[in-house]
Amino acid sequence: MASMRDIKRRIKSVNSTRQITKAMNLVASSKLAKAKKRMEGTKPFAEETKKVIAEIAEAAGGLKHPMFSHECKGNKALVIVITGDKGLCGGYNSAVCKEALELCEGKETKLITVGSKGRDFFKRREFEFDTVLTGISERFEYSDASNIGQRALHLFKEGEVDGVYLVYTRFISTLSSQPKAIRLLPADPSEFENSKGGGSALTLYEPSEEEVLDYVVPHYINTVIYGALVESSVCELGARMTAMDAATDNAEEMLESLSLMYNRVRQSAITNEITEIVSGSNALN
Amino acid sequence: MANKLHLKVVTPSHVFFDGDCDMVIMKTIDGDTGVLYGHQPLTTVLDLGYLRIINDGDETMPTLLGGFAKVNEQGLTIISDAAEWADEIDVERAVESMHRAENRIETHGKNIAHYDEERAEAALHRAMLRIDLSKIKKKNK
Repeated sequence: MASMRDIKRRIKSVNSTRQITKAMNLVASSKLAKAKKRMEGTKPFAEETKKVIAEIAEAAGGLKHPMFSHECKGNKALVIVITGDKGLCGGYNSAVCKEALELCEGKETKLITVGSKGRDFFKRREFEFDTVLTGISERFEYSDASNIGQRALHLFKEGEVDGVYLVYTRFISTLSSQPKAIRLLPADPSEFENSKGGGSALTLYEPSEEEVLDYVVPHYINTVIYGALVESSVCELGARMTAMDAATDNAEEMLESLSLMYNRVRQSAITNEITEIVSGSNALN
Repeated sequence: MANKLHLKVVTPSHVFFDGDCDMVIMKTIDGDTGVLYGHQPLTTVLDLGYLRIINDGDETMPTLLGGFAKVNEQGLTIISDAAEWADEIDVERAVESMHRAENRIETHGKNIAHYDEERAEAALHRAMLRIDLSKIKKKNK
């Protein structure tokens, strides 16, 4: 049986781990509240942008634009993967990476990764990187999203890639999230054509429908990327919060069983001592 | 004027403005366009510039950094990359980013890729706009 001192040391170490996980849990939950608020704020923006495209689609009777196509021809893909910079958040990072890896299969891919976890994952598998962004998964601005969007659009327009995909984590609830891959470019027109935008045939487009689309589509791409960044950060924090909550619970359980063990060892030591004294005095008599 | 135009300005981070006003003048890529209540449905692309919101004789002027505008029966909706009121502008930061952008344009000249140049110029434009507006604001005080 372990000695009293060993168990005591063990208790101490588990206790300090528990304090760390508890603190991380609290930090994550307060950040989560903030991030969620941010996510709420981005919704109207994305919806309005989508509505405008839908309206143009409706008015023009379909989208005829190089950036729209029902299917993606060609095998060269640009994959944008959004991961976190830090671990200790359960399966969050590995789930996104696996989803992205699946998507990359059988394609000639270039990568834009956000977050050091994604970079490390794909570096190990020797993928070709286009852009690597780290340190922004928690503090990002809209301009980060538009930089990624511009780069993606640039590659797409130059014909260096045939399709642009985005892999991020979709927020379902604080406790559950799901990695998701979507095709950004060429954008699927059916997504817009089916929704009723409520546009009228009388609508003026200045300078012209094409030019408005030329502006709105890149804008839409940026918006989607921004939305994905925001949503992923919420998921990361949610995942961290749950993971740390579980870790704290486990540490508490361990502490309980350790202190039980400690008491048993202590008691047996005392019993031992008493037995020794008693038998010693018996021998004297 | 009985009827007011409903204006909604949406940016990526939040709904910037949501309310009624008499007239809105915005800078589109073809020039200034004023919108009153009952305007014909219109969708247009905006340039970097100011937005002028006129209500009951008062005029407020936030910056509006690009985006697009949509007019329909519900009113005017502006979707922009960024918008800010004059008193929200951090002048020091704007001056700093103006210098940074100028440097970038000067030192790199024509060697950098086209879209980088565009970005530097856009940054310069943005910074100058912010500085301008904060000056206007001071004058009016």
